[in-house]
Amino acid sequence: MTSLPLSPAPSAPSASSASASVVEPPARFRDLVASEWLRLRSLRSTGWALLLSTLFVVAFNVGTAWDHYRYWDQYGAEGQADFLESAMGLSDAFTANASMVLVLCAGAMGAMAVVGDHAGGPARTVFAAVPARSSLMAAKVLVVATVQTAFGAVAAGTSFWLTQAVLAERGAGLSLSHPGALRIVLASALLAPVCALTGMALGALLRRAATSVLGCVAVLLVLPMMLGERRHLTAVLAHGTPVHAWRRLAWQGPFEPPFPWTPGGAWTVYALWAVGAAVVTVAAVRRRDQ
Amino acid sequence: MPRGTVVDMIEVKEVTKRYGATTAVDRLTFTVRPGRVTGFLGPNGSGKSTTLRMVLGLHTPTAGSVTVDGRPFTDRPRGLRHVGALLDAGDVHGGRTARAHLAVLARSNRIPLARVDEVLEEVGLAGAARRRVGGYSLGMRQRLGIAGALLGDPPVLLFDEPLNGLDPEGVKWVRGLFRRLAEEGRTVFVSSHLMSEMEHTADDLVVIGRGTLVAAESLAEFAARGGRTSVTVGAPDASALTPLLLSAGAEVTSEPGGRLTVTGLPAGRIGEIALAHGLPLDQLTTRTASLEEAFMELTADRVDYPAGAVR
Repeated sequence: MTSLPLSPAPSAPSASSASASVVEPPARFRDLVASEWLRLRSLRSTGWALLLSTLFVVAFNVGTAWDHYRYWDQYGAEGQADFLESAMGLSDAFTANASMVLVLCAGAMGAMAVVGDHAGGPARTVFAAVPARSSLMAAKVLVVATVQTAFGAVAAGTSFWLTQAVLAERGAGLSLSHPGALRIVLASALLAPVCALTGMALGALLRRAATSVLGCVAVLLVLPMMLGERRHLTAVLAHGTPVHAWRRLAWQGPFEPPFPWTPGGAWTVYALWAVGAAVVTVAAVRRRDQ
Repeated sequence: MPRGTVVDMIEVKEVTKRYGATTAVDRLTFTVRPGRVTGFLGPNGSGKSTTLRMVLGLHTPTAGSVTVDGRPFTDRPRGLRHVGALLDAGDVHGGRTARAHLAVLARSNRIPLARVDEVLEEVGLAGAARRRVGGYSLGMRQRLGIAGALLGDPPVLLFDEPLNGLDPEGVKWVRGLFRRLAEEGRTVFVSSHLMSEMEHTADDLVVIGRGTLVAAESLAEFAARGGRTSVTVGAPDASALTPLLLSAGAEVTSEPGGRLTVTGLPAGRIGEIALAHGLPLDQLTTRTASLEEAFMELTADRVDYPAGAVR
């Protein structure tokens, strides 16, 4: 019963399986990565979500720059000098509002990447085809993180380029080589994969589309908002969230918060959230009944 | 592989599955052999789907073991070349085309893309392959699920209620497909809650009710169990005939409308008794209990949701 009439004769010289009846090529992680990439790509909604999210984020930033361009004359000579001296063009490169939009979009896309295929019925089809659940989820984490990094890079890069081009009309545009400019772009770009991975973890735990997206809003946006900078405990907790880490990395002004922290600390927060969320995503599906 | 194991056999041994206080499957033991179509029968909620999920490693048994080809299915990093399964036609993301859905599955198991078109052709979906699954009818989704099960050309196939939503032509095709798969030496395990579906499809039966085993035997053996013959007798003077039949050793039940159901006497003997006493008959029909009745009789006390029950 080795040769079956339906068989496309898998072209593998060696069988990895101990099974007597099945000839099977060795299982490779890169097949799962390719499969997950195909899974993401084959949904029309993926392209639309990425496109619309990019447009939203860029529009928020360009809108602020446009406002400064439009009302430049009303600032008066002193205000204009201040704008140039403190390099306020950098805060238009990626605004706090745009960062909120990015957090929400990336978190929701991450959650949907898990919920759509790995919750309820479709999960059974997926895990029956690939019983190695951890490898499968690891491949998914890799694919989503890569796509979201590209999304973040495009959104942050385009925002920087367009906002500075608008401000350049008033002689207030800055180049990427300006101190702190690259850090803003990198911090904004990497905020996307950090939040998308968090969304994946919440999707893997909550397994419902609406609940997972609400979870993203609560964990990524509402929680950091409730944690103030004025008491030591809440400040420490606040600094542990991606939104505050982004603020620290994007922060330009001379103003010192009551409990200061270093950019290195903020990068560490990014890394810990990304790794932690990836671990939760992989671990959440390991033993659970599907 | 342990010695003494038949290749490609599904072995369920002393399996129990509890969800909280509910016991879905209770100490279930049976085997499913290759080269045959095995029907998996039970009323709604009897634990069929739970059992199939445990075979696929999607649910972990609380106790006992489930193996395919001598090993738990979860031991295998990729599944499609070992077991093909259609659990629920709805278990697909509606946003993908049929072809994309199968291509994703194929890629993960390193199955050539050409195989995707082959199975789509085989199940008759080649024309709709580039349409999104969300717009498919239930019958089309069933066909897609069957295509997914065939994708890895596996020696073991599981189908959970595959005939739901199929038109008569589709039902005929599926039956032919199961037969052919079994003749190719594969293990084909098909669940259903309708005996009539299995009557023309299965060689063997595994019957469960409320999560426990009712029967595991060939279709013929199962048919013989419930095969009690009865005779329906229509007699204008039933009250006169009844004691005569009773004294001849029959069991007699009065039915509404003056009919009698007689067991333990052949129709010819009943006719002779009636003639000897000059009693006219207007009906004398022999009835063999159907498989459906055998099934109902065996599972009658194990139905979770009987219609019209007082709650």
